[in-house]
Amino acid sequence: MDLIRIKNAEKKYKNGVTAIRNLNLDIEKGSFTFVIGGSGSGKSTLIKMLYREERPTQGKIIVGGLNVAKLRNNKVYKLRRKLGIVFQDYRLLPKLTVYENVAFAMEVIGAKKNETRLKVLKALEEVGLKNKVHNYPDQLSGGEQQRVAIARAIVNNPKLLLCDEPTGNLDPEKSMEIMAVLDKINKVRGTTIIMATHDKEIVNKMKKQVITLKDGRLVSFKKKGTYYDEDVENAK
Amino acid sequence: MKMLRMLNRSIRDSIKSVFRNFSLSLASISCITITLIIVAISMLASFNVQNFTKEIEKDLTIVVFLDSDTSEDRITDLKKEIGNFPNVESYEFESKEDVKQKMQKESEVLNTVLDGWSEEDNPLKPTFKLKVKNVNKIGKTADKIKQIENVSVVKYGEGMVETMISSFATIQKVAYGAVIALVVVTVFLIVNTIKLTIFSRKREISIMRLVGASNFTIKTPFIIEGMILGIFGSIIPIVFTTYGYLAFYNHFNGYLYTHLIKLIRPEPFIYQMSLIILVIGIIVGMIGSSKAVRKYLKV
Repeated sequence: MDLIRIKNAEKKYKNGVTAIRNLNLDIEKGSFTFVIGGSGSGKSTLIKMLYREERPTQGKIIVGGLNVAKLRNNKVYKLRRKLGIVFQDYRLLPKLTVYENVAFAMEVIGAKKNETRLKVLKALEEVGLKNKVHNYPDQLSGGEQQRVAIARAIVNNPKLLLCDEPTGNLDPEKSMEIMAVLDKINKVRGTTIIMATHDKEIVNKMKKQVITLKDGRLVSFKKKGTYYDEDVENAK
Repeated sequence: MKMLRMLNRSIRDSIKSVFRNFSLSLASISCITITLIIVAISMLASFNVQNFTKEIEKDLTIVVFLDSDTSEDRITDLKKEIGNFPNVESYEFESKEDVKQKMQKESEVLNTVLDGWSEEDNPLKPTFKLKVKNVNKIGKTADKIKQIENVSVVKYGEGMVETMISSFATIQKVAYGAVIALVVVTVFLIVNTIKLTIFSRKREISIMRLVGASNFTIKTPFIIEGMILGIFGSIIPIVFTTYGYLAFYNHFNGYLYTHLIKLIRPEPFIYQMSLIILVIGIIVGMIGSSKAVRKYLKV
């Protein structure tokens, strides 16, 4: 079954830049997909369209049964509850503890206290931060902060986890730790993961499916892909 | 249950926000306070004006004296004629005899003097006392009655009453104008206050949206914050109205300058006024904050 279906999608920004051109893509449930490409290739735009931060100017994007292109502003939350999002800059609230940051995602959708507690602790355990629940974000390392962000993204048990360069601010060692966490989530929870990155090593090590974008066009879609240099070279 | 939990959260957040941005909140609260004090004064004035306009209108009568030699038949005709005037609401007729008896009751001296008069040489005039429907047309009605045969003298407030009533109307209009202008200014100030609290919580709001908070959840704390500002802003005006009006009423013993102008009794009046002030405060706060939310939240 496909969790995401993209048909003839095009995104043209108001300043005239076309970020995505005629994109067709189906992504299976439970898969782990890298989206790679150089700067300005449309990786981020693709991710943004998947969580309806941007709307496609043309075509269809269906995520978990919702047509993103036609989703109105006041209904966006319905989509957002089906997915988790992780960014390069973590986006944690500095005045809340680790526990509160993760619980925040449940509180604002009106979850019960007991349920919140259970799920938050479980998520934090999964990312290996159970001993840091009472710390504040600025007391944690970058890698740890990113793991908090991941815990927040998965706490509602979403079907889809979107990651926009989650390792962009981390050194290779910490990056691999994050990847291990994501891989575990993909395997244990069965969460579909889409990750935009330009980290060659990670892609080569993980051996997952790889989508290569270049100037907003789909260049290749490999089932067991690596960040082949020739792909990027050819695309140029 | 879920609704209640969310509401609880919203209230907690909005109270926190009021105190976190205290200087800004204080600016809004004092603006609401000043507005509401002026609104309260205007309302006190205009309710009182309305009240004594009504009182005066109730007391206002046209007194019509007929010639003393008017026959009984003619009086019967006149009763019909005057009763049918479009502006006449009701009339009271006093015959010569009635007038005489009334006067006799008034004093001992008159009693003995009048006692000597027989039915025939009673020089008093039969009298109509009329209540009108529309006080503004009282002059015209009086003029028309004057032209009727056998009517000798027509008396009413003559000019003074009309000027008084029309100047009251002007006072009310000015008061309403001031109130509306102030409310508009206050709404703008609240829009700005809430805008700044929205900016200071931008990160939080963007994360809320990312993790799937509904628009309702995002907006409610800000709207409640506006309401809280309104409630805080109405405290001083309520105290001011209650004690101020009581002091004012007691100082003038319930009448303003003359016994003609009677003030409204404070007992239920000040409570009603306090409630109105509170409601206006809350509504103004709500309008301001929901305007700000719509404009700056883009949800």
